[in-house]
Amino acid sequence: MTTLNSKDLVKRGAIWAFIAAELAFFSIAGQFLSGSDSNFLDPGNMLLLLKQSAPLGIIALGMTIIMINGNIDLSVGATFALAGVVLLDSLSWPFMEDLGDWAIPLAWMFALLTGMVLGAINGLIVWKTGVDAFIVTLAAMLGYRGLVFMYNGEQPTSNMNWTLVDFAEAQFLGVHTPTWFLLGTAVVLWLLMTRTVHGRNAYAIGDNREAAVNAGIRVGPHILWNFVLIGFLAALSAVVFFSESGSVNPNDGMLFELWAITAVVLGGTKLAGGYGSIISTLGGVIAIQLLRKGLGHIGADTQTVNLVIGLILIAVLILDRHLNRKGKEELKI
Amino acid sequence: MTGMTRKDVGTFIAKQGILIAFVIFMIGFAMANQRFIQIDNISGVIRSSAILGVMALGVTFVVIGGNLDLSVGSMMSFSTIVVLDLHDKIGPALAIPAMFALTLALGAFIGLLVGYLRLNSLIVTLGMLSAIHGLTLTWSGGKNMDIENKATTWFWFFGQDRILNIPVPILIFAVLAVVLGLLLAKTPFGRKVYAVGGNDQAATFSGIPRARVVFMTYIISAFCVATAGLLQASRSMGSQNNVGQGMELEVLAAVILGGASLMGGAGTVFKTVIGVLILGFIQNGLLLMGMDFYVRYMVTWAIIILAVWLDVAAKRGRLWSPIA
Amino acid sequence: MNDPTPVLRLEGIVKTFPGVRALDDVSFNVLPGEVHALMGENGAGKSTLMKVLGGIHAPDEGQIFIAEEPTVMTSPIDAKAKGVVFIHQELSLAGELSVAENIFLGELPLKGLGVVDWKKLYGDTNAILKTLNVGFDATTRVEDLSIANQQMVEIARALTADPRAVIFDEPTASLTDAEKVVLFDVIADLKARGVGIIYISHRMEEIFKITDRISVLRDGACRGTLITRETDENEVTKLMIGRSLDLTRNTVHHELGDVALEVRGLSCGDLYRDVDFAVRKGEVLGFYGLVGAGRTEIAETIFGLRTPSAGQILRDGQKVNIASPVEAIRLGIALVPENRKSQGLVLGMNCRDNMTLPQVGDLTAGPFVSDGAEISIFDQYRDKLDIRTPGWRQTVGNLSGGNQQKIVIGKWLSMRPDVLIVDEPTRGIDVGSKAEIHNLIRDLAAQGYAVIVISSEMPEVLHVSDRIVAMYSGRVMRTFTSDEVTEDNLIQAISGISADKVA
Repeated sequence: MTTLNSKDLVKRGAIWAFIAAELAFFSIAGQFLSGSDSNFLDPGNMLLLLKQSAPLGIIALGMTIIMINGNIDLSVGATFALAGVVLLDSLSWPFMEDLGDWAIPLAWMFALLTGMVLGAINGLIVWKTGVDAFIVTLAAMLGYRGLVFMYNGEQPTSNMNWTLVDFAEAQFLGVHTPTWFLLGTAVVLWLLMTRTVHGRNAYAIGDNREAAVNAGIRVGPHILWNFVLIGFLAALSAVVFFSESGSVNPNDGMLFELWAITAVVLGGTKLAGGYGSIISTLGGVIAIQLLRKGLGHIGADTQTVNLVIGLILIAVLILDRHLNRKGKEELKI
Repeated sequence: MTGMTRKDVGTFIAKQGILIAFVIFMIGFAMANQRFIQIDNISGVIRSSAILGVMALGVTFVVIGGNLDLSVGSMMSFSTIVVLDLHDKIGPALAIPAMFALTLALGAFIGLLVGYLRLNSLIVTLGMLSAIHGLTLTWSGGKNMDIENKATTWFWFFGQDRILNIPVPILIFAVLAVVLGLLLAKTPFGRKVYAVGGNDQAATFSGIPRARVVFMTYIISAFCVATAGLLQASRSMGSQNNVGQGMELEVLAAVILGGASLMGGAGTVFKTVIGVLILGFIQNGLLLMGMDFYVRYMVTWAIIILAVWLDVAAKRGRLWSPIA
Repeated sequence: MNDPTPVLRLEGIVKTFPGVRALDDVSFNVLPGEVHALMGENGAGKSTLMKVLGGIHAPDEGQIFIAEEPTVMTSPIDAKAKGVVFIHQELSLAGELSVAENIFLGELPLKGLGVVDWKKLYGDTNAILKTLNVGFDATTRVEDLSIANQQMVEIARALTADPRAVIFDEPTASLTDAEKVVLFDVIADLKARGVGIIYISHRMEEIFKITDRISVLRDGACRGTLITRETDENEVTKLMIGRSLDLTRNTVHHELGDVALEVRGLSCGDLYRDVDFAVRKGEVLGFYGLVGAGRTEIAETIFGLRTPSAGQILRDGQKVNIASPVEAIRLGIALVPENRKSQGLVLGMNCRDNMTLPQVGDLTAGPFVSDGAEISIFDQYRDKLDIRTPGWRQTVGNLSGGNQQKIVIGKWLSMRPDVLIVDEPTRGIDVGSKAEIHNLIRDLAAQGYAVIVISSEMPEVLHVSDRIVAMYSGRVMRTFTSDEVTEDNLIQAISGISADKVA
């Protein structure tokens, strides 16, 4: 809630300018290159795009808080997969089958609880051992993935529940269920980060941890709650995604952590913590999804998406460094 | 233990913890199953760890220099696909050097960005992970790559042959470990890597060309990745596009397990080798004990956290973190 | 004075760590409305004492009284609740947050449900800021403030606790003179409100300007409490070091050789401009000026770490272009940097490796670093500089400040440079080692080195220099010989009082 100076405006506006540029480029380039006659800016197409960005988006929003807090979570992909497994497998448990459609909210709860427990384990370890979150969650990425494999080996876990699929594919006011989840998450987290003590403390801890400790903020529990939150969101993302697909592969969600971090960084959140915004991350997520769809639209190989996103990420970094330079007389270190 | 205070013992355990853990594991597994310590089993484990190990050697340099390399997995896929593809087009004798040149060029690009432009290595290599994956897919057209005529080529030598009854991958891993170990521990360049990782400003103020040193660590990493790609391609004589996917984090886990600090300036090649072997032997030992194959992930998880925790605890002089 | 109740009193505080008696029966008190200076060399026990006061260490013996009530502090937060607050040297603020959020960090006002009451927050903050008479408001982002104003934010934060005692730890370390005046006004204001103040500083002028009493710590014991207006610098110094320190003007002059380094019209953006000077072999050239006057930046330019925007550097009369430290070293120029820990040393490395770092590439046998060559260099300079360390394997981070500085100096002497630039040679170093380093600098000049000493301490420049360059705001105001310099004209020159008046 500080007053904004022009540099901030540039920083916050950059991702939206980039999205606007993408939209302009793909709709114009599409006219010349695209085999299909469809308009890239077609509302249906845009709504679909939002829906498709929901699973990654929900995780990236949570990652924003973790990164503002000065930590990182590399285990979200594995948590995503395990929550998906629990969601679909629990529907086939005998007592659940007896419950009919009432099993669905219960299955969701199991999945969400799974995510929260996994997040809590990470958070507790980070808090109590003082080991860097990067290492803790890197190890957890292997450990949690192991749990996924132990559940069902290399086999996919499937359960097509049509009530569930119908819900996931439903549209309310023309907007798909997953998109509502994405937007809802964004609003709640935005309020959390801008209006509440927890959110403001997240910034303070990421910015200057020692100062926060000295001010009497209980940093340990704070970090724990954030990890519980991102575990919950990884599971929520799984709920949104697997309700529709009805099948989890043990490798699902691999590299999700890296995509989520990419979206967060594109949104301008500082890696070192203390600075970042939920809304900008939403922009980062949309920018990535636009790129995926847009490249397809203009007939580029889908394989080039990875190449382009990687290079854009690096270009953003170079640009950011260039903008922050103090001039030629800067110390050459 | 005369003259050793409790603190000394604590420091000793913390410093040599990884070695002690290794020995305990080996003894435990050996008691549980005799087969574990038979030569062919041990040789098998090392051979299957060689690819991961070779990559970990290079990443050790990058990490000690104070940076990260998350791109090694996707770079290894690239090397594998490229050498397999070129094998059929220009023959192995040209394909191998060509693949090395291309991989080193990628390493040089990263080194340029992180070393000379001073960009954050986590994000740069994250971007490169994605970009190189895209490059690989573009190169292969999304298809798997296979050597056409497997019977007439000598390409299988690197991954499958033996010299003096020792599998070639083990020999390559060992030679590389010794050479790179000496480079890091004994040469001026190695000293500079430690200095830059320990305090890059002080290194610059001492006339050490920080950028060039960082650049070279990425070149070394890329060289190791190319070697790993060669071993992978030669062992399987065919490959999917994503053969190295996820390896970046397993490699990093091995390096950290070996005691290299993510802050830079600490770690050794020898300890990384131990880290790699621990991961390999645990996997093998658990299998021999009849455990679920995937239990190894859980055990790896626990070991990494315990190892780093021990290290952190020794440095701060207390087991639990003081944060409230 | 009929003894008012002290706001804070320490009685017989003892604190031991394994092998060290860090505090030995320390007693002193702070009266309401008093500024009480706490002085002592580094390692004398000041910081341990503050940690006891702040509840970080529990004392082994002794008692803390607040308004004569026996009190136990359990943490800095507890201390604050009991009315004892600290203004630390290292500011602890979150730069991206607003002034208001920083001031009320950890105790943001709520509307319930964990939602921040912004209106109350900004209102309360502005009320406090008003009493401090500062030129920024509650919503300003802290990072956009000057260091001095950030310090005001810290002080405002301290005031929220309605403190009985405020402890300032080296508050003027990075303030300009004008900013110091503002700070002293605030301290006077606190004093008028009856707050007791503990003022920790090494700077004698300030101590004598603003404090009422001075307590001196040495080797963990309180060596005496003096009434400021009844004592002088000599007496305080004697208490601090147990003898009087001879910091007289340098009067010894020896034969000077040729000009080793000359700078003509050197400029670097806004940092400094049109700088001219020359230093001869056998000469110590002092650079004196306020922090931010451009002295360090000139040294960094000569050492190849900055690109000059205009001007020339001549080495032995030859025009040279120095683009990197590697080239500077090749030209026989060495720099002992301002910040020892972040620029001078790799703290996690051992003594020997730090010392041989710039030349490790040349100390080889075959492809490998030669252990013998390294150790012989280390031994040679350890003896020459009298570096006290258990052995070369000792990690540099474990040495005292003085010995660390000697390692950095040894690192460069072992390269046998012709020009040695030393930036703040004795910052954060105890008085005993200071004298050794001053003697060393004089000796080096006598041996024919051209030495440039940059310092913010006037006694130090006067003591070691043959000539003194006075800088103000990026410009050389005047160059003095040691015969013409007086404390007065030097101060005038570095305060920017019109150049032609002093010239």
